[in-house]
Amino acid sequence: MKIDRRSFLSLGVGVAAGTALSPLPWKLTDDLSIWTQNWPWTPVPEIGESSFVNSVCTLCPGGCGISVRKVEDRGIKIEGMKGHPVNQGGICALGLSGLQLLYGPTRIKTPLKRVGKRGDGQWAKISWDEAISEITEKLDGLRISGNSHTVAGIAGSRHGTVSQLFSRFLMAFGSPNFFHTPSIADTYQLALQYMNGVSAAPGFDLENADFILSFGCGLLEGWGAPVRMFKANTGWKKNRARVIQIESRLSCTAAKSDRWIAIIPGTEAALALGVAHVLIKEMLYNKDFVDNYAQGFESFVTDNGEIKKGFKQTVLEEYSPETVARVTGIDPSAIILLAREFANAKAPLALCGKGQGKVPGSLSEAMSVHALNALVGSVNRKGGVFPMPAMEVQGWAEVGMDTIASAGMNQPRIDGAPPNSPGCINQLPSAILSGKGYPLNVLFVLESNPLYTMADSKTVKDAFDKIPFVVSLSSFMDETAQYADIVMPNHIYLERLEDAPTPMGYNKSIISLSKPVFKPRLNTKHAGDTLILLAKGLGGGVAEAFPWKNFEACFEQAMGDKMKTLKKNGFWVDSDAVLPDWESTFKTASGKFQFAPAEFSPGVAPVKIEGDSTFQLLLIPYETMRLSCGYIANPPFLTKTVEDTILKQNDCFIEINPKTAQSNQLTEGDVVVLQTPRGQARVRVHLEEGIMPGMVALPRGLGHTAHGGGYIANKGINANRLIGPVQDPVSGMDAAWGIRAKLSKA
Amino acid sequence: MSEIDDKTQAVSKKAVSSTHGQRREDGGSGGVIILFFIVGLVASLVVGWVLFPKLLYSQKKQPIDFNHTLHNTLVGNGCESCHSFREDGSYSGVPKLAQCIECHEEVQSSNPEEIRFVEQYVKKGIEVPWLVYARQPDCVFFSHAAHVKSAKMDCATCHGPIGESESMKPYQQNRITGYSRDIWGENIGGFKKNTWDRMKMDDCSECHQKKKVVIGSVQTQKEGCFVCHK
Repeated sequence: MKIDRRSFLSLGVGVAAGTALSPLPWKLTDDLSIWTQNWPWTPVPEIGESSFVNSVCTLCPGGCGISVRKVEDRGIKIEGMKGHPVNQGGICALGLSGLQLLYGPTRIKTPLKRVGKRGDGQWAKISWDEAISEITEKLDGLRISGNSHTVAGIAGSRHGTVSQLFSRFLMAFGSPNFFHTPSIADTYQLALQYMNGVSAAPGFDLENADFILSFGCGLLEGWGAPVRMFKANTGWKKNRARVIQIESRLSCTAAKSDRWIAIIPGTEAALALGVAHVLIKEMLYNKDFVDNYAQGFESFVTDNGEIKKGFKQTVLEEYSPETVARVTGIDPSAIILLAREFANAKAPLALCGKGQGKVPGSLSEAMSVHALNALVGSVNRKGGVFPMPAMEVQGWAEVGMDTIASAGMNQPRIDGAPPNSPGCINQLPSAILSGKGYPLNVLFVLESNPLYTMADSKTVKDAFDKIPFVVSLSSFMDETAQYADIVMPNHIYLERLEDAPTPMGYNKSIISLSKPVFKPRLNTKHAGDTLILLAKGLGGGVAEAFPWKNFEACFEQAMGDKMKTLKKNGFWVDSDAVLPDWESTFKTASGKFQFAPAEFSPGVAPVKIEGDSTFQLLLIPYETMRLSCGYIANPPFLTKTVEDTILKQNDCFIEINPKTAQSNQLTEGDVVVLQTPRGQARVRVHLEEGIMPGMVALPRGLGHTAHGGGYIANKGINANRLIGPVQDPVSGMDAAWGIRAKLSKA
Repeated sequence: MSEIDDKTQAVSKKAVSSTHGQRREDGGSGGVIILFFIVGLVASLVVGWVLFPKLLYSQKKQPIDFNHTLHNTLVGNGCESCHSFREDGSYSGVPKLAQCIECHEEVQSSNPEEIRFVEQYVKKGIEVPWLVYARQPDCVFFSHAAHVKSAKMDCATCHGPIGESESMKPYQQNRITGYSRDIWGENIGGFKKNTWDRMKMDDCSECHQKKKVVIGSVQTQKEGCFVCHK
């Protein structure tokens, strides 16, 4: 008997046969296949009861109703709320990505106090009590020394309960310096004030208009309430309404319009008046409206005996199609045709506000466009523009101003804007840096990110350096929060009670209820509660102005009898509102529409942008639905949708016409240095026929330097860094639509 | 003749002589080979049928030893009294603590398990981490409503007479997949006697074929994979 190689071979055969006859290989194969389908990192919804909670999305001012699908307390998906008047079940890509903001790593987890150098990101965790007492101590000192006016606040909006509570806080404290992130809505509000005589926001009956003349509005790029605009666009296509897009770049709106007219940017007001010229010359305007309900059309004698040129004379003298053609670069025959079509439409409507309307823009342009609507009678008429009265909080008792508060409120605003005005935030940095007025000691920032969104970020940062104490109430570690001294993180929109007021351009008064869909995940506090705690900590007159035990009580009082409807439906619409007719709508001195208010001089030159002739190109920033460019940074889901002709890895692309590329000896993908009077950046070139030669387009919403975590920061460049503010001569607000620029090979 | 040829010859001679030698020992060596074969066969069968399942599954005890029989006599609506359907038609599975509290806010008997349950979970408001024997992988979509409500099937057809059990059997967790042994079945070979012995895909299709129930996906109106694997 000898054990050799063959014996072991035989053993092996036996093992193989035995294994094959046992369940081991088959069971193992099955188990492994199940294992490979259940990787631990694969996101799997929790097991449990699923539910939908209705709320409203406040990531942009669009105010869309949302329906959040949850399994137990975990958010699974955000959908549009069916039956919500604004978005009717629709939702945009940013709204869909909201859960990434809720669960993402850029949230601030607890109150923080800066320990390192400003902006270095070195923080010490502090308790809420410590944060509140530290700030109240500082504020108390300023109040006692009679420097209450040296405190300022920047809010994301000036509407809504939290913003109004914020402005109330400053008022009771004794500071006139309440600022908000401005937009085209502010310019429109001024236009309506001067021409209609009412303090109101514009409401456009877009759904019933049949000829939409858009002066560069990104109707499909996030202008107004974005989802409402998409739905309106569907309606226009169905009803054969025509959309004319006047823009220097082939945006999505231009591509989807019936006619795209490329215009030299900044000359839109001239075109509007050129169209008005043809309407008047060919007697195509609405005579009933102009003769009976308007003033300032014909020349008139002012109170002090001067003869003032009427709108008609100015326009006929200065805006002939030929003159306008030279300014705008549009053929005179195209202007005449446009005017005739506009006049012959049943419900023509002209709109302005470039892109998403993030920049307030030229007041003269807004008034020219508004005058165009008035000429054809599209004011307070089906398919026209309506003034939407501002909804102020009714339920709160008036602030009993103590002596310090009254003294503080009597101080001039730091930006030089008239008291009780919305202010001009664009003038804040220069006011601080010039050192002419008083210095600012404390700045509160709520739901806004001025260090990123304001024009010329570097100057804004320099101005921030002069403010010794900055308090951020942001939910995210954004650029401004990173530069703050104390951060008191707010709940994120899905965790808080709030109201979303009527979105820009919407023609019904609506309030939507944002209610906590989730319990707060982190050690955050509702900004409303933070303000109430600060007021209580200060005591005296300030505490008296904040008698509520918490924000919920304050909110319920503000909403009053609307609360019941809000809780039941999720929104409240002023459906009974009867919109006044031409007879009673205008509240100007004459009771008529004012074609030539003192603030409107159609003859003045258009807003001039920055840069001399050494900068041969024009840089225009553009906005898209795929990049969130305001306070909310682009969530990763949304960045995934951005084409690689806009963002490739961390490089961002400028759009230039092939002709411009040729004259600069550039080809697709070249790395260039884009230089403007305000700064320079390394970008890559994308050739695009859809942009006018001589221009450079850069997307807004990229180039974050904060928001760490590797998902948001350092992708592309921030367009606002390269563009400086340009002050509108009348409104004082930012009217910059671009800046001069040049390119050089890197 | 070259040197290489010499070597070749030498090797072939050696080869021939060794073949002769082996032939002579054939009788003894054959037995060893068969013996080794049997040893290998038996050992691997033992490994596959006995040792492998012991290694594959870990044994876990349920947090509370629940008595189904006792509860069944006290409730009015059979299994559905606790394992109910939600308002939206979805199946709630193992009851949540809130449901247990409806009766067990206070200890009702001297049963040590109930006392432990009330003290450890009810009083502290902690959900009981029940181990679910019938939990299918996440890639499986199964509607209880379709089977219990529409097809009027008994719970026991798939779950067996668990409602008659007086104590909870140990939960055997597959170390590779993390799922319960009840899915593959107690028998490692996959043999079954009763309909509830296994809960694999073949068992679903066996019944569907027998009953000639072929229903397409609600979304696609087609039959096939996507009816259950969405």
